[in-house]
Amino acid sequence: MRIGDAKQSYEADEAIWTSQTQKLWLGFFLLILLVFPFVVDSYLLYLGCLVGIAVISTTGLNILTGFTGLISLGQAGFMGVGAYTVAWLSINTALPFPVTLVLAGLMAAAVGILVGLPSLRVKGLYLAIATLAASVFLHFIFAEWESVTGGMGGLSLEPAHLFGFTFQSDFSMYFIIVPLAVLMVLAARNVFRTRIGRAFIAIRDRDISAEILGINLLRYKLMSFALSSFYAGVAGGLFAYFYRVVTPESFPLSMSIFYLAAVIVGGMGNLLGGILGAAFMTLVPEALKLLTAALTPFYPNAPVFMSPMLEIIFGALIVGFLIFEPHGLAEIWHRIRRFFRLWPFKN
Amino acid sequence: MSILEISNLSLSFGGVKALQDVSFRVPENTVTTIIGPNGAGKTSLFNCISGFYKPQQGTIRYQGQPLPGSIKPPKRAALGLARTFQNIALFRGMTVLDNIKLGAHVHMKSGLLSALAYFGPARREEMDVRKEVEERIIDFLEIDHIRRQPVASLSYGLQKRVELARALAMQPKVLMLDEPVAGMNREEKEDMARFILDIREEWGITVLMVEHDMGMVMDISDHIAVLNFGQVITEGLPADVQNNPEVIKAYLGNSDIDSLRKKLNAEGEAA
Repeated sequence: MRIGDAKQSYEADEAIWTSQTQKLWLGFFLLILLVFPFVVDSYLLYLGCLVGIAVISTTGLNILTGFTGLISLGQAGFMGVGAYTVAWLSINTALPFPVTLVLAGLMAAAVGILVGLPSLRVKGLYLAIATLAASVFLHFIFAEWESVTGGMGGLSLEPAHLFGFTFQSDFSMYFIIVPLAVLMVLAARNVFRTRIGRAFIAIRDRDISAEILGINLLRYKLMSFALSSFYAGVAGGLFAYFYRVVTPESFPLSMSIFYLAAVIVGGMGNLLGGILGAAFMTLVPEALKLLTAALTPFYPNAPVFMSPMLEIIFGALIVGFLIFEPHGLAEIWHRIRRFFRLWPFKN
Repeated sequence: MSILEISNLSLSFGGVKALQDVSFRVPENTVTTIIGPNGAGKTSLFNCISGFYKPQQGTIRYQGQPLPGSIKPPKRAALGLARTFQNIALFRGMTVLDNIKLGAHVHMKSGLLSALAYFGPARREEMDVRKEVEERIIDFLEIDHIRRQPVASLSYGLQKRVELARALAMQPKVLMLDEPVAGMNREEKEDMARFILDIREEWGITVLMVEHDMGMVMDISDHIAVLNFGQVITEGLPADVQNNPEVIKAYLGNSDIDSLRKKLNAEGEAA
C-alpha cells in the first residue's frame, strides 16, 4: 500500500510517475519487453510486433477520437498513406528507415490535415461520414494511381536498413517496432501534460467555452488530425516494413473500425486504454484460435464448429465489455490499483 | 476613464429585438453591474462584448479602441476580456487544476514539438503556470483542497468558484461574470462577494457582472446599468438607481403603489 506522497516541488508533482513503486513496476515492464523476443517462439514474436504496430495506430486515433472528440473512420487510409510512402521511398531511394518513417508520418499528417478541414463545420456522426468518404477516396487512389502505387498488385519493398544493417527477420523488426511504440506513447503522454493536450480535451468537453478561453478551434482540431495521422503514418510505414508488401487491400475499411473499436474497448481518452485496447483487439482473435486448437484433441469436431463462431464470440466479447465496462479496459486497471492502494487494510 | 464603452448597440434575431440602441459605460477599476428583469438582454449584451453575437449596429470600445466583429472570441480573450457563464461552462472531465491552467492558455507559447518531448521551453512554461496558478489563484480562492478532483464531482458553489479561478488565470483586464451567485446559499454568496471586491481592489481588475441578487448588487457595485426590453433605462450609483421610478416600474410593473393597493382591495372584496 501507499502512505501519503508528499512532494517538495511542482516539478515532482507534475511528473508522470510519482512514486517509487510505479517506477519499479515500469522498469519491470520494460525489462519484460526487452527479454520477450529472446525467450518466445516465432509466432508470439510475430504477435508482439503486430501489437506494437496496433498500439502506435490506436494511440494516434485515441488522440483524435478519445481526447479531441472527433470521430474518424479514416485511420486505415492514413496508415495506407504511410505504408505507400515507405514502400515508394524504399524502392526509389536509399534512405534509411528512420528517415522514411518520419516522411511517412509527415505525408500522412498532411493528408490528415486535408481530411480534417471539414471538422470545423461538422461533428459527431457527420464527421465520421466525411472521414469515411476520405478513406474510400484514398483507397481509390491506392488502387488506380498505378505509376506510384503499383495498382491492385501493390508494391513489394526491401527490408528496412540503417548503417548497412538490414532488418529482415521479425526478431530484428521487433527492436524497431516496440521501442518506437514506447517512445510514441510517451510522447503522447507528454502532449497531455501541456497546454496543447489540455486544449484538445477542452474542445472535446465543450468547444464554445474552449473558444472563449482563446483556443483557436480550427487550428487545434487540425493539429489533432495531423498528430493522429502522423501516428497512423508511422504505424503504416512499420506495417510496410514488416510485411514487405503493400496492396490496396492491406488497409480495408474494416481496419479503421478495428482501431475505433480498440479505442472504445480500451477506454476513450485514456492512453493506457489505447494500449490495452490494441492488445485486446489483436490478441483475442488469436487466443480464440488457440482455444480451438486446444479443444480439438477432446472434440475432433471443434474446428468445424468453432471457426465460424470465432467472429461471433469476438463480437460478443466487445459488446459485453461495452455493457459491463463502458469506460473500457483502463477502468478495470484503475480499479485494481485503487484496491491495492489501501490493501490490506481495506478492501 | 471608461475601460469599456458601449454606444448605440442594436441586436435582433429576426423580429426579436434583443438590444435596442444600448449605450452605457464601464468605468475602469469598478464593479459595474447590469440588472434587469429576465429576458431584458443582459446575457445578449455579454455575448456581444465577448464576440459570440455580432450586433447589427453600434460600437463597443475597449480601452479606447473599437472592437469590430472581425475580432473573434479567442482574440478578445487574449486582449484581456474574460468571462464566466450563467450555466457553468467548465470542462467536467478534467481536474480543477487543469481547468484553471486552461485559463492561462492564451499566454502560453510552447509548440507541438516541444510538447511531444516535454523538454526545454514547454516544461519551463508548464512549471511557471503551475506556480502562478497555485500561489496566486488557488490560494486566493481557497480551493487548494479540491485541486485534484474532477470538476463534475464538486458542489455548485465550488464549481462557480473554479470557473472564477479559470477566468482569473486568463489575466484579464475586464472580468465579466454572468450571475456569479445564482443558486448559492448565503455563506457561498458572502464568499463570492468578498472575492469580487478583492479582485477589484487587490488585482486592479474591472468587474462587469450580471446579477439578480439585489442585496449583493447594491452592496458591492460602484456603478449600475438597468436594462429592460433591450433598452437601458438608467445608469448611475446604486442609491440613485434604487430610487429611480422607471426602475421600480420595470421590476414591480407599476410605480403607483396606491392604485395597486386599491386594485388589490377591490379584488379582495369581490372574492
